[in-house]
Amino acid sequence: MTATVDAPRGDTTPAPRHPLAPRSPKGPKRRRAKGALTPWMMLAPGIVLFTVFMAAPIFYTLALSFQKEQVKGLGLGGDSRTREFAGLENYVSTFSDPEFLASVGRVLVYGLILVPTMLGLALLFALLLDARRTGAKGFSRVSIFLPYAVPAVISSLLWGFLYLPAVSPFYWIFEQLGWDDVPSLLSPGLVIFAIANIGLWGGVGFNMIVMYTSLKAVPSDIYEAARIDGASEVQIAWRIKVPIIMPALIMTALFSMIATLQVFAEPMTLRPLTNSLSTSWSPLMFVYRDAFTRDDIYSAAATSIIIALATFAISFLFLRVVQRRAFGQED
Amino acid sequence: MRSAIRTGAIAAIAAAALIMTGCSADTGSTGTADDPIELTYWAWAPNLDKVVDIWNSEHPEIQVTVNKQDGGDPAITKLLTAIKAGVGAPDLIQAEYQKIPTLVASDALADISGSIGDDVAGQFPDGVWQSVTLGGDALYAVPQDTGPMMFYYRADLFEQYGLTVPTTWDEYAETARALHAADPTKYLGTFSANDAGWFAGLAQQAKAEWWSIDGDSWGVGIDEEPTQKVAEYWGGLVAEGAIDNKPMYTPEWNAALNDGSQAGWLGAVWGPGVLSGNAADTAGLWKAATLPTWDGDVSNGNWGGSSTAVTSQSKNVDAATEFATWLNTDPEAVAALVEQTGIYPADTDAAASVLTEAPEFFSNQPDFYDVAAEAAQAVAPFTYGPNVNVAFSAYNDEFAKAAEAKTVDAFLAAVTAMQTTTIDDLKAGGFSVSE
Repeated sequence: MTATVDAPRGDTTPAPRHPLAPRSPKGPKRRRAKGALTPWMMLAPGIVLFTVFMAAPIFYTLALSFQKEQVKGLGLGGDSRTREFAGLENYVSTFSDPEFLASVGRVLVYGLILVPTMLGLALLFALLLDARRTGAKGFSRVSIFLPYAVPAVISSLLWGFLYLPAVSPFYWIFEQLGWDDVPSLLSPGLVIFAIANIGLWGGVGFNMIVMYTSLKAVPSDIYEAARIDGASEVQIAWRIKVPIIMPALIMTALFSMIATLQVFAEPMTLRPLTNSLSTSWSPLMFVYRDAFTRDDIYSAAATSIIIALATFAISFLFLRVVQRRAFGQED
Repeated sequence: MRSAIRTGAIAAIAAAALIMTGCSADTGSTGTADDPIELTYWAWAPNLDKVVDIWNSEHPEIQVTVNKQDGGDPAITKLLTAIKAGVGAPDLIQAEYQKIPTLVASDALADISGSIGDDVAGQFPDGVWQSVTLGGDALYAVPQDTGPMMFYYRADLFEQYGLTVPTTWDEYAETARALHAADPTKYLGTFSANDAGWFAGLAQQAKAEWWSIDGDSWGVGIDEEPTQKVAEYWGGLVAEGAIDNKPMYTPEWNAALNDGSQAGWLGAVWGPGVLSGNAADTAGLWKAATLPTWDGDVSNGNWGGSSTAVTSQSKNVDAATEFATWLNTDPEAVAALVEQTGIYPADTDAAASVLTEAPEFFSNQPDFYDVAAEAAQAVAPFTYGPNVNVAFSAYNDEFAKAAEAKTVDAFLAAVTAMQTTTIDDLKAGGFSVSE
């Protein structure tokens, strides 16, 4: 690396420089251009990935949602199909479909059952694991977390077997106990609990780990101070630990709500086992049915956009409401 | 963000352009042993690759690769997606008969009438041939197998309870009542809201015409007397509790077949495979009979059955057609199909010459294939429409509700709802519908 190679043309300064050192003061324009480019180059991988795998599909979905396919006559043969601009037709048909509204209603009930139960249990387990006198922490943590590692389809299949009276060991035990009339969890009124139970089983571990990790980050001198002041373990948990990890609780609540709106694998896997689940039980099943069973990707695209916007709106509202309460003092 | 929008728009246009292209009418070149034509074949029949191996060893110039699929529905879903994308479809696909109008309507299949010999049509029953031509001059597939429905029953249990094999639906209802009364844990059958093809077969037997072509319009006749009669009959049996209301093909149903809780099954000719797989303990205890009839009127329906179709993306339509014809009409190929995949061939003569010995699971019934041939002969004609998938998913949803409600009215309402959903979907798609 010599000055003759490195120095710009016409630069008379003979001193050798480090290649990364600022260049000659005679080229400020060039330096600024290069400097301005650097952050973009660093961002490029992210921008490219986002554009190709997020933005482009979203815009394509948006474009599809305003179109429809029309056939002529019998619709047989290649020339009988045309794509047309549909305006808001697909959106109107989604909103006016009672099945879609019913699926939204079902998922809201499902969320009301699942999210409080799941977060409550996760918080309880996290606090118990964090308590001073708890033993076998590593083992307990792993065994609570393990169900999260089981894919939803697999866990739904396993639970499906446990729910079916003829093949379930539970129902065999009930029979031995003389309880003949235990209703099947797959019957129409109870199937929502059957699905919520699968979500609960898989979800508690993940949320517990998030909460437990943020509990671990709390400096222990706060607890010591509380103990000196005479606080019991329960009081420490309720008055100190829970408020401190409030951001983690809010984050897990938000993630859980979004996951709830997107419930798909569990009802989809259980559906063939029972008469209680329709092909449009949840909003995403509704989308799947339109796209792949009815072969109408345009309606499915419109419904997807609606679900995405609703998810965004609910997340935003939730954050607005709780942020003021949780982080109010900090701002 | 603005640059993201622009890039997104470009990507959308590029994707749209991809969709516009695709589909070439090129029928392809001829291959040689050194530079063979490579064909891909999406199929789900078990062990089909072993049959294809015979072809590959005899035809070095045309090499076929089987790409195993999960089943009839997922394979068609994948194909339709590939057709929309303009790339990715195989040369050949195993297509169930009820899927053909949907595939033709999506321009997914090549018309192979120009690539096939005139004598092929004569090898198949007219009803089957109609479902691959849709009654026109084009030919969309070569028939592979059919699924004439049959009634399977546990001969040992029938003897134990002193039951006779029902020949009419009235007798079937009485037998179901008698069995359930003798042992309340046992049922002669179940009404399955999961299996639309099963119900379509029962309606076909009753001479229903769910779809029909009326000039340049589709007719939809689901909510008419034949199907109403079938629905009312099954609704009555479910309402009084004489038969079960749980879906088929669940772990629970398998267990019930195995332990005798389900003492009968309205299946199809491919039933031995299902029974040996799901109820292995009952080998030699089942017998097959033709389906009970409506007051002695000999007729039958199909449940399942598939064909080999050439897709519109294939660049080698001639070679693919040659292979499809060989697979389903060559005596050696048909024999291998029967042996390896357990299908009931659509090629009538080949079926008769190959199927002489009863399946192993039915070794107690040497005349199994005579019964099957009788069942196959009685199949009534049936036309499928371009939105079978919609009607079938409406069946799943509506009859699931009805099976839980357990009333005749709910069953009849389900038929009406199927009709409405099917017609509304056709109209929304722009099809002309005659009323």
